Amino acid sequence: MKGSLSSPKDLNEYRKSIQSTKKKFEKVISVCGGTGCHAQNCVQVREEISRELDERLLSDKVMVKFTGCHGFCEMGPLVVIHPAGILYVKVSPSDAQRIIESSVVGDSVIDELLYKDVATGKNFEKEQDVPFYSKQKRLLLAMNGMIDPQNIEDYIAQEGYSALVKALFEMSPEEIIKEVEIAGLRGRGGAGFPTANKWKACRRARARDNIKYILCNADEGDPGAYMDRSLLEGNPHAVIEGMIIGAYAIGATEGFVYVRHEYPLAVENLLKALEQARQLGLLGDNILGSGFSFDIKVSVGGGAFVCGESTALMASIEGRIGEPRVKHIHTAEKGLYNRPTNLNNVETWANVPIIIREGAEAYARIGTEKSRGTKIFSLVGKVRNTGLVEVPMGITLREIIFDIGGGMANGKAFKAVQTGGPSGGCIPESMLDTPVDFERLTEVGSMMGSGGMIVMDESTCMVDIARYFVDFLCEESCGKCVPCREGLKQMRFILDDIVSGRATGKQLELLKELAEVVRDTSLCGLGQTAPNPVLSTIKYFEDEYHEHIEEKRCRAGVCRDLIEYQIDADKCTGCLRCKAQCPVGAVLGEKEKPHHIDLSKCEKCGICYEVCEFGAVLRK
Amino acid sequence: MEEDVRPEVQVMERYGYERSYLISILHEVQKEYQYLPEQALRNVAAGMGISLVDIYGVATFFKAFSLKPKGKHSIVLCMGTACHVRNSRGLLEEARRFLGIEPGDTTDDLLFSLDTVNCLGACALGPIAVIDGEYHGQMTPAKMERLLKKLAKEEGVRK
Ligand SMILES: Cc1cc2nc3c(=O)[nH]c(=O)nc-3n(C[C@H](O)[C@H](O)[C@H](O)COP(=O)(O)O)c2cc1C
Ligand code: FES
Repeated sequence: MKGSLSSPKDLNEYRKSIQSTKKKFEKVISVCGGTGCHAQNCVQVREEISRELDERLLSDKVMVKFTGCHGFCEMGPLVVIHPAGILYVKVSPSDAQRIIESSVVGDSVIDELLYKDVATGKNFEKEQDVPFYSKQKRLLLAMNGMIDPQNIEDYIAQEGYSALVKALFEMSPEEIIKEVEIAGLRGRGGAGFPTANKWKACRRARARDNIKYILCNADEGDPGAYMDRSLLEGNPHAVIEGMIIGAYAIGATEGFVYVRHEYPLAVENLLKALEQARQLGLLGDNILGSGFSFDIKVSVGGGAFVCGESTALMASIEGRIGEPRVKHIHTAEKGLYNRPTNLNNVETWANVPIIIREGAEAYARIGTEKSRGTKIFSLVGKVRNTGLVEVPMGITLREIIFDIGGGMANGKAFKAVQTGGPSGGCIPESMLDTPVDFERLTEVGSMMGSGGMIVMDESTCMVDIARYFVDFLCEESCGKCVPCREGLKQMRFILDDIVSGRATGKQLELLKELAEVVRDTSLCGLGQTAPNPVLSTIKYFEDEYHEHIEEKRCRAGVCRDLIEYQIDADKCTGCLRCKAQCPVGAVLGEKEKPHHIDLSKCEKCGICYEVCEFGAVLRK
Repeated sequence: MEEDVRPEVQVMERYGYERSYLISILHEVQKEYQYLPEQALRNVAAGMGISLVDIYGVATFFKAFSLKPKGKHSIVLCMGTACHVRNSRGLLEEARRFLGIEPGDTTDDLLFSLDTVNCLGACALGPIAVIDGEYHGQMTPAKMERLLKKLAKEEGVRK
């Protein structure tokens, strides 16, 4: 890597030299190295591909890139061959040889490794044609597949840090804020607060010793969401560039990225990226000779959901217990160490360089009137194509789940989609044509949230989901204020009664009342939004509550106290499989004779149900 | 003068004794010992000039820290929403039954620790179990039992 760059001209020349070196390569093989693919052995896939290239003496002509998350995690490990853009899915290390033979040395395609649409049976050759990708608008995520996050040269080659040059040398801080305002950027961390307003307030705030901070929220507490992880892991410089531009606009001197500790690869890639940016003079004193100085530190979390809340996050960075405080005084005036502070989410920061580079008007053309740009969702749960999807705001939930997500997995019927994490709600089938937009999602009783989108089918129990979230929030409540600490606990008791068949009708009324009190009187956002999952499931799925209470029945077959396993003697072949696997010896019977279950011993773990190949185990 | 080689002192030095790195420091100390021993916490308190009460507060507030020794094998189960709707609770029940311990605890023979986390960011592959640092996606109770049995067998214990 080069030494320090001291002007925009230096950076430009450096970019040109990187680009011309890259032209030498005829083909680029991009191997997804995101967390999902890591769990599916992508490291070995990459090693085999590199080894194969070395053996054939192709390493100077073909480049292998180990990139961040491409998004299509369900189908990992993913390999894309450029420039043709051929996508291979579920690649195993032993496929390396034939991939190189056919598609790198030769120009043919291996049908077996292509993505096949289950519904139509059609094969797709190119990444861009696969329905999962073709309906997306990958403004932020596209670069993930193109760059090695541990190599700043890749980012620079893709016009990286050109927005920073534009901001520092061609724009005043006020002009930058204006641009962000025209673009209509709103916070991607959950509440959708207009970013420009926040920046203005912090810029205006007086700092007693000229120190202001900007922070990046990478706590990503919404369980079931991993957009921020993939951005930080796959394209850390986009976040860094956004933060430097923001710091210049606000007049901040120091920044922190607060990352949850469950994301070690994100921390590693971020630290490497910061070091490389510093070495090139893109971070630190007198950035690119502009006279502006700014640096970023990384602060690691300790596994507390409430630390995603702004004041708790700041306490945590200060090395204190992560408890929120009442915000009589805004953090824009007194935040971290009592100095003016501006906090934005990872995805918000990553949007900033795009807005500056492409211009606010172009950006604002995407999306709806009040929600501009794109949003990344983690599309997970019972949907066929799970993964990360980036869509223009205004697209409907139905399009996301059925067109991009390919509908439901296992042929089950759709029941609900949960957005907004523990602060959000469950949206039923009848509302699937709701466009994704901050206001509209709130209107239907949920919220945009940070981007978790969990799809549920008929085998998901809505009362169980409500209980799950209340349980989660009970554990995560910091305990400082009474309504949240005690109210949630009481709500959990009631929900426990309902799922175990002990509840009475009156308790449902009490649950609603409690939910409203917790919502209206809690100190911070955690408690204020905690009742949403309960209220929204009561609103749309009240029937299921009544079934649990009055009929002691769980139609989804989830609530253990309300179900029983039985063996259908007509279907049972007496193969002994379930008997061998039952951990408590509750299955009785002999070979080739129908088995039966001793209900007094059965712990309802469902292993027999899972392992039976004949569908002979019934859950009632 | 004799050099102080206690791991926590080295860790604090690496982070320049800066309080804003307290959580990172505790993470690294925990990595050294597999948990946070009392003496190490006392040393961190003394080294950083923070009262033991404050350090203890932080170490108990954040779930990532353990004040009890951990077992040789770590079983971590994701309880995030995406994993929940794909039956992560079934995995937990199985692990709990097999090991005879609750989440957060370690078996008496110090062989196994069972822990839960809120989300590992690999939601697309849920439910996720991380066994000795290795990710296992699309888990089921039966697969869980098989993996645990294998580990127990390797250790020569009957469960
Ligand atoms: C309990 C709680 C948890 C939160 N967790 C997160 C989180 O994990 N990530 C995040 O970006 N914002 C989270 N927020 C929202 C932040 O407080 C804050 O609004 C956001 O980071 C601001 O950035 P934005 O304007 O770019 O969205 C949380 C809020 C609350 C009340
Ligand atoms: S919910 Fe389990 S990894 Fe995210």
